[in-house]
Amino acid sequence: MSTGAKDHAQLSDIFNKDEARVDWHDETLWFVRAKRDKAANSLPEWEALRETASQIKDNVLSNLHDYLLQFEANAEKNGIKVHWAANGEEHNKIVHSILKESGVNRIVKSKSMLTEECHLNDYLHKNDIEVIDTDLGERIVQLAEEPPSHIVLPCIHKKKEEIGDLFHKHLGTPEGASDPVFLTAAARDHLREKFITRKAAITGVNFAIAETGEFVVCTNEGNADMGAHLADVHIACMGIEKIVPLRKHLSVFLRILTRSATGQPITTYSSHFKKPRPGQTMHIVLVDNGRTTQLGREDFRNSLKCIRCAACMNTCPVYRRSGGHSYHTAIAGPIGSILAPNLDMKNYADLPFASTLCGSCSNVCPVKINIHEQLYKWRQVIVKEGYADPKKAMAMKAMDFTLSNPSIYKFAGKAGRWVLKHAPFTVNNKLNLWYKHREMPESPKQSFGEWYKQNNKND
Amino acid sequence: MTSREEILAKIKTNQPGARPLPADLTTVPGGMESIMQFKTVLSAIGGAIVEVANFEEITKYIQQEFKDKKRLISTLPELGSVTESGWENKDPHSYEDVDLAVIKAHFGVAENAALWITEDLMQQRVVPFICQQLAVVVNKVDIVATMHDAYNKIGDAEYGFGSFIAGPSKTADIEQSLVLGAHGPKTMTVFLLG
Repeated sequence: MSTGAKDHAQLSDIFNKDEARVDWHDETLWFVRAKRDKAANSLPEWEALRETASQIKDNVLSNLHDYLLQFEANAEKNGIKVHWAANGEEHNKIVHSILKESGVNRIVKSKSMLTEECHLNDYLHKNDIEVIDTDLGERIVQLAEEPPSHIVLPCIHKKKEEIGDLFHKHLGTPEGASDPVFLTAAARDHLREKFITRKAAITGVNFAIAETGEFVVCTNEGNADMGAHLADVHIACMGIEKIVPLRKHLSVFLRILTRSATGQPITTYSSHFKKPRPGQTMHIVLVDNGRTTQLGREDFRNSLKCIRCAACMNTCPVYRRSGGHSYHTAIAGPIGSILAPNLDMKNYADLPFASTLCGSCSNVCPVKINIHEQLYKWRQVIVKEGYADPKKAMAMKAMDFTLSNPSIYKFAGKAGRWVLKHAPFTVNNKLNLWYKHREMPESPKQSFGEWYKQNNKND
Repeated sequence: MTSREEILAKIKTNQPGARPLPADLTTVPGGMESIMQFKTVLSAIGGAIVEVANFEEITKYIQQEFKDKKRLISTLPELGSVTESGWENKDPHSYEDVDLAVIKAHFGVAENAALWITEDLMQQRVVPFICQQLAVVVNKVDIVATMHDAYNKIGDAEYGFGSFIAGPSKTADIEQSLVLGAHGPKTMTVFLLG
């Protein structure tokens, strides 16, 4: 996503201009978080499920090499063609070459955050291939020429009236129509025509089973199935960390995925693709794109356990009030903020700071990723590597100098108190970021040190 | 070096020391009675439950409730008198105008009202997704409690495609308003048999 060179704070400022919308966004996501709580609390074994899911994923990361080979061998035995892509560009080239070989220039695609990460749509568009996103929320942001702002609820930032306007412009619905039932029916008709006429379908992958070579795709709308079962060519794109060792492990992940995401007991469709249907060709593209690097970062490799439920976003006080687009990366929110700096530390140096470190994300994470601790660790890495915002780095340096030098610390305190009392205008201005949403405190007469000395003397 | 070799080599260097797989989870006893729970959850996710004693009752129900529908298909020979014959093995696109499809499930899961259906029970993979309305027949005795029981039942069964289907297709992408009938069936009826 191109945002000029704006960072999270600046992009949040844009989102925060409309206070009523921020409140609405905040409340909508909190509503989803509350549904998650209800679903989680209804299972007495919830914590055991989280622990088991976490341990299965630990095992996957520790044995990823062999599991990938096992998956590849079994998938090929099942008649699926397996491809390997080192990065986003190679992934896009592979997908393009499959389509070219099949003589297809119009395709349907169901939700895949990996293809967002690789900017597949842009790439195919430049190569004269039309991509229709078929998840309703993704179709809406595609018509609006925006990226998704949330990995589960792609157009959560949009009001129904805005969606009505988009549909009026692109699908010919009556002007002013904004009823969700009406708009969904219009999208159903519009997209049915695409499903019926397109010869190739791309889907994401939620889980890929090493033991059997099958992969599972979860949707509520049924769009992945409509695309895949009608197309002559099915291409499934997945990050290498999506592997699960055994088929029976799906029971654990399917129990926690949607309960964490939307509070549903399961998605409407949990489809297990094992073999292409007769006459169909099926491809899987296994993508690295930085994942093997993250695997080698001991402090951050746990982020690869993520199953993309978005619970950490829905609960995050910063995400709810800054909107998904403020993260200027495909995966927003707390988990996105620990994944993105791995790919490009300089460009995403701002993201680990877009958090209060309250820890709510780690508490709701169904695979027990220590998200807020990793955010804190990224901050240290980013400052050490010299990628921190220069203003922030300078302030930290000044703080370090002051705090490690007692006489300067005492003088600084005195000077601060004098300034607050006699020249408040020097700090009560726009240049002081701290003042932006706060009043400066009243200046105390003396420091605690001075008070202690005085009172000790009197004793 | 190919990308495949490069990725695998990098993983080998970077992956952490071996971590064991955890013990299997099993169903925690003491939950709601399974059939009761299945019915409650199915209604909550927008499905309709019809309890029947035999296929005659299903036939009668279809005649009554779907009498204005033009194209009814089924994989169940017991429903031959009310459904189209010779619809099988056509181009999957040709099922676009199917109003009602009636198929059978291997079993249902009480905790989420999902029904496990494999390709052999669909006749064509697209059938349960492309039809306007879906009905699924499942035996009362084939309702299991949780997904752990479900995968124990599936075991190492062989299939080309299989799906857990739970309720009608739905979306809440527009302002979190739940709408039934996104791309797949607008309704789902479950005939609970026995």
